[in-house]
Amino acid sequence: MKQKLDRNTIAMRAAKELKDGDYANLGRGLPSLCALYVPYGVVFQSENGILGYGPLVMEEDIEGAELHRVDAGGRFLTPAPGMSFFDIITSFTMISSGRFITVLGAFEVSERGDLANWNAGTDTLGGTIGGGMDLAVGAKRVITAMEHTTKEGKPKIVRECTYPLTARKCVNLIITDLAVIDVTLKGLLLREVAPGWTVKEVQALTEPKLIVAEDIKEIEL
Amino acid sequence: MVNKVYTNFDEAVADIPDGASIAIESWGFAATAQNLIAALRRRDVKDLTLITHNFIPSFYTEEEALLPVALLPQLKKLLAGVVGIPQFGAGLFIKEYVDKGLEVELTSHGILASRLYAGAAGLGGIYTPVGIGTVIEQGKEKRVIDGKDYLFEKPIRPDYAFIVAHKADKMGNLVYLGTFRADQPIMAMAARITIVEAEEIVEAGNIDPEHIVTPGIFVDRIVEIPEGGYGTAQKRKKLVYKFGEMEILRKMLFG
Repeated sequence: MKQKLDRNTIAMRAAKELKDGDYANLGRGLPSLCALYVPYGVVFQSENGILGYGPLVMEEDIEGAELHRVDAGGRFLTPAPGMSFFDIITSFTMISSGRFITVLGAFEVSERGDLANWNAGTDTLGGTIGGGMDLAVGAKRVITAMEHTTKEGKPKIVRECTYPLTARKCVNLIITDLAVIDVTLKGLLLREVAPGWTVKEVQALTEPKLIVAEDIKEIEL
Repeated sequence: MVNKVYTNFDEAVADIPDGASIAIESWGFAATAQNLIAALRRRDVKDLTLITHNFIPSFYTEEEALLPVALLPQLKKLLAGVVGIPQFGAGLFIKEYVDKGLEVELTSHGILASRLYAGAAGLGGIYTPVGIGTVIEQGKEKRVIDGKDYLFEKPIRPDYAFIVAHKADKMGNLVYLGTFRADQPIMAMAARITIVEAEEIVEAGNIDPEHIVTPGIFVDRIVEIPEGGYGTAQKRKKLVYKFGEMEILRKMLFG
């Protein structure tokens, strides 16, 4: 069977979208791995009120962790020069004023760029909204980093999202284990495919019709 | 000078009636006014409305830490951005209470912050683009402004706010510790009565005015956390070590 990119490689490709001087907020799970691969000079925010923190505290370094230096997911952070703390109004103003690039996970993305990433069930209590909707609406650029299909092989890039929405028409770029796809006004533009995969094979695992870029290429890291 | 300093937590929460609304900070683990929560639990008040960004189950014993979830049996309504932990079934852990009549309003963290700001600022509400097309918009007024869809959200003016500060002076000026700051400044501003537990209470003048985050005008009552109380530096360190000891917490934080 053909190889799909693993989670770390998806994160590496997503990290390529961030450059020195960018301010970024990363979602839980796969997107948070991007922090390992970004170039020096990318500044991270966590919406509970911290900007410019250092790497996450690893398990073996727990002695140095502080309960009052955590991200929104409760993970311990290390300090870094230039780090700042602030309140929630300041924090969400950073988000709503379009200063961030955000990388988020997704259950589904529609061909118009609608995003569903907070609840994969029918019970509202089965998911948490948190700051995801604010990021999806407020960020200047929304990138989703995700697997191309569900574990059962069903497309996650769909015509219409079936799960509860996070926000409408918010996704700019979709990065998966098979492809890099731009969300454009004309539709989904396939720009890159994973090594060894053909356009046809990627299309077969994608619900909406893909427009193929003239300069389509293999995913490069 | 009006005395804002109370000698114990029970006295500080003694007037909170049935049906009161209370805003409590809750980012991370135990970034919460735990001693005030403990005092409120000792009182037989019910039908409370809790406004908090994160309402998560506790992995600690009650001696180690008290999160807002400790108030669950006393609640009539919960307003939060996060209920539960996504990897562990999210809000389904309170299903039993919901079935018995607990009202839960789920919103986004940013909307909750803006609504508290609207309450503090005396505004009639906000129009936000967040929540359009989602479960949040159900039953709410929508309006197009300059070609863009917005959702109307009402202001929140809690009866009380429970705040945990690193340091308070006797006039109620506050500084916070790290990411414990989060919601606390806006909750202190929005509430009618703001009650603070502080690691240390100092004389006015002993906090550099350049460093004060919440000016004393927003603070009504202050209690110093005693040795052995919740949230002291020692206890915080113990909670950190617990992450290393507990499988469930390790998995959540270190993958």
